[in-house]
Amino acid sequence: MSRRLAGWALLALLAWLVVEPLALVAIDAVRIDGVWTTQSIRAFFVERNEWRAAWNSLWLAVVSVVLGALIGVPLALATRLVDFPGRRLISALLALPAVLPPLVGVVAFLFLYGESGVIARAVMAVTGAETPPWRFEGAFAVVLIHATTMYVYSYLLVRAALASFDPALLEAATALGAGRWRAIRTIVLPLLRPAIGNGALLTALSSLASFSAPYVFGGGFRVLPTQVVTTRLNGDISVAMVETLALVALALVALLLASRLGGPGTRGAGKGLAPAPRGSSRRVRSVVGMLAWGATAWLLLPHLALLVVSFVPIGAWSNTALPSAWTVGNYVALVAQPARWRPFGTSLWMATLAAVVAAVVALSVAVAARDPRQRLSRTLEAALALPWAVPGTVYAIALATMFSRLQPSAGRFVLIGTLWLLPLAYLVRALPIVGRALVGAIRGLDPALDEAAASLGASRWRAFRTITLPLLGPALAGATALAFVTGLGDFMTSVILYTYDTRPVSLEILGAIRQGEIGVAAAYGVVLTAVSTLAFLYAERSRRLV
Amino acid sequence: MSTVVLQHVAKRFGETAVVQDVSLEVADGELVALLGPSGSGKTTLLRLIAGFEQADGGSISFDGEDVTTRSALDRRCGMVFQHYALFPHLTVGENVAYGLGRERLDATAQQERVAEVLALVDLDGFETRAVTELSGGQQQRVALARALAPRPPVLLLDEPLSNLDPSLRERTRRELRDLVRRIGITTLLVTHEQEEAFDLADRVALLHLGKLEQVGTPEALYRTPATRFVAGFVGRTATLHGRVVGSADGHLEIDAAGIRWRATGPAETKGAVHLLVRPEGVWVDATGTLTGIVRSRRFAGATTVITLLLATGEELDVAVEASEVPIGAELRIRPSGIGAHAFPDRDG
Repeated sequence: MSRRLAGWALLALLAWLVVEPLALVAIDAVRIDGVWTTQSIRAFFVERNEWRAAWNSLWLAVVSVVLGALIGVPLALATRLVDFPGRRLISALLALPAVLPPLVGVVAFLFLYGESGVIARAVMAVTGAETPPWRFEGAFAVVLIHATTMYVYSYLLVRAALASFDPALLEAATALGAGRWRAIRTIVLPLLRPAIGNGALLTALSSLASFSAPYVFGGGFRVLPTQVVTTRLNGDISVAMVETLALVALALVALLLASRLGGPGTRGAGKGLAPAPRGSSRRVRSVVGMLAWGATAWLLLPHLALLVVSFVPIGAWSNTALPSAWTVGNYVALVAQPARWRPFGTSLWMATLAAVVAAVVALSVAVAARDPRQRLSRTLEAALALPWAVPGTVYAIALATMFSRLQPSAGRFVLIGTLWLLPLAYLVRALPIVGRALVGAIRGLDPALDEAAASLGASRWRAFRTITLPLLGPALAGATALAFVTGLGDFMTSVILYTYDTRPVSLEILGAIRQGEIGVAAAYGVVLTAVSTLAFLYAERSRRLV
Repeated sequence: MSTVVLQHVAKRFGETAVVQDVSLEVADGELVALLGPSGSGKTTLLRLIAGFEQADGGSISFDGEDVTTRSALDRRCGMVFQHYALFPHLTVGENVAYGLGRERLDATAQQERVAEVLALVDLDGFETRAVTELSGGQQQRVALARALAPRPPVLLLDEPLSNLDPSLRERTRRELRDLVRRIGITTLLVTHEQEEAFDLADRVALLHLGKLEQVGTPEALYRTPATRFVAGFVGRTATLHGRVVGSADGHLEIDAAGIRWRATGPAETKGAVHLLVRPEGVWVDATGTLTGIVRSRRFAGATTVITLLLATGEELDVAVEASEVPIGAELRIRPSGIGAHAFPDRDG
């Protein structure tokens, strides 16, 4: 009975933290100054700008899905099925964009392809031109960034599906006379359909939620997340809420479409061995290897540009292909100047607090939702996953709305303008990351272990402490690390909720760029990248231990 | 139909030699079982024949044609995988038709062939069923039908019965044996179960640590094992330490456990030997000169196998009809004259 009570208490907590803010947004869209009205909805449907933003978000998502799959799926097949030199390194490097903060990726693009980026400077140095040869902005820039960062979802999911693919299926096809291409076309791809579908869903949701790329590079190209922020800054709160709902609606459409794409799973009855890459001729290996290395270099080139720029002193690089002077001064500045160090400290404690609380909440929910047959379990799971499906901008607005008034009976307090709103937002964003990992991990545990502990006289608490928790440990640690880096590098919720005194590192990066201190911005980016990479490697290692 | 000839086939995985110098000839239409404990290299040998692995040494030929360097795609062996490897997204009919390439058969001919092989495995009319809906036994038969449909030169079965319930296993084994005999296809079967190998195969190739220990009919393996390992792996045996004291009309005279035994064994054997005694190698007899104390007994239907502790500290199995022998009782036994086989004891 007490377990059930705890389950309901957790549900109430999630309802307060995750569901109520969204409900308030929905109400604000149709209620202005205490009067119910469809005025804002009508405004949304009449205004051309609004329509254009929604349409842009939609086609951007479709194009991102297609390009992401075209890059991610072949790379997953290549790194799983062909044994070319450096295959393991490439596999790991290609997964990196999954954890790099979006803003850092965007800044890296700026330094590579931007009008004062490495390539533009090289072109200017060669042609002797005085002005940059292009402006890197608008829809094309956003599409390029999306394709080269969001391929990672298709890549990771297809790679995971291939890891549980029964290699005997391929051998059976070969013995029956199917060549490599026929086997891939008739056996591998159809069986990967669920993974490809899920990859498409993640790409679509990321593209719809994408804020950093259109914010920095969009120029006149507006999408719903940036439009929401603009409208809200203009004081048109109610219309901003309608836009927010439109964004949620698009995300829901993506979810529905993806659930239709389901199919028979990839799991054969086999031993679950990854197909050992073999049987390819030397020619196939070298061609595929070269393509994979080339693609990886292209995909990670922006981050290399970021590294290069971080060592350039201010004003030391104008129209030469490579900078004329090098310095570590940008890094020294981060540590030596308190004004530069403080945003780091702020991001660190906020992300840490959010990740730890998220881990505790998610662990409790995972324990309560262990049995997937119970309705309460499924409801808890859905509430936990909600912030995953809903764009971050929407949650930022929703939390700002919820915590702008004092109404204790509805669980509402004034947090806006205080330093507590941002960690709360990070917490909400972190919940699905830790929650999905832990629910999956706890359901993967053999229930007989608990029964064995009980039969040996262990109380429920002792069984949890000595059996369940240690077994969940690696998954818990890994997921918490990922939740931590998500908060550390967060931009899209921070830009809406920050106060000047508690500005996080992402806003400091943007500020540094605006003041022309690109070296410092790059140094911040490199440090964030390094921390994220370490956390990612740690999470990967933990996952393997489960 | 084809013959399969392996000559000095070898395969290493890194430092480990998984298959060493295996030579084996399988006659047209013959069924040979590759028998051995896990890690004996039997599955690797099957995969070498199928072409999924490439041999590091030696040669493999089908019907006199050297296929050693050919890929699995070119060899087109019919293979039934241990877990069947049915394509889960295709129907039974589509699975079976997979090996019937368009270039060789038109759609009608394909359908006819699919119906034909499905009838062969007693799955008439299952074409449109999903393979995931089938029982384990049915899946096994679909896998067999799929392997047979393209009329392969050789049928390879990798532990085909290991995934079935014990109750189903025996019936499926009988059906498999009848089917393969009826088609008359050259077949190699991998198994770790001696009973399965003996029941199905014309000849059994016993592998141990990558080497071929003995190839022969089931009777030959049981009655005249070539090595101590074969004797121990095939059927129940107890081992006694003994000494050769003479030979007469092709048999060895051996002293072991204090009495005289007549045993088969390598003709030139002298000195210390291991004497392997099967349960039928001794009889319970009140006039017997060897005594043992009953340590345990195992009911096996018509007979009960009793394990006796001898005065030398060694143990010996004996099959008796009456099971009413209490544990701890003393029994008198004597050698039956059969079921004893000697190997030189290199340490003694």
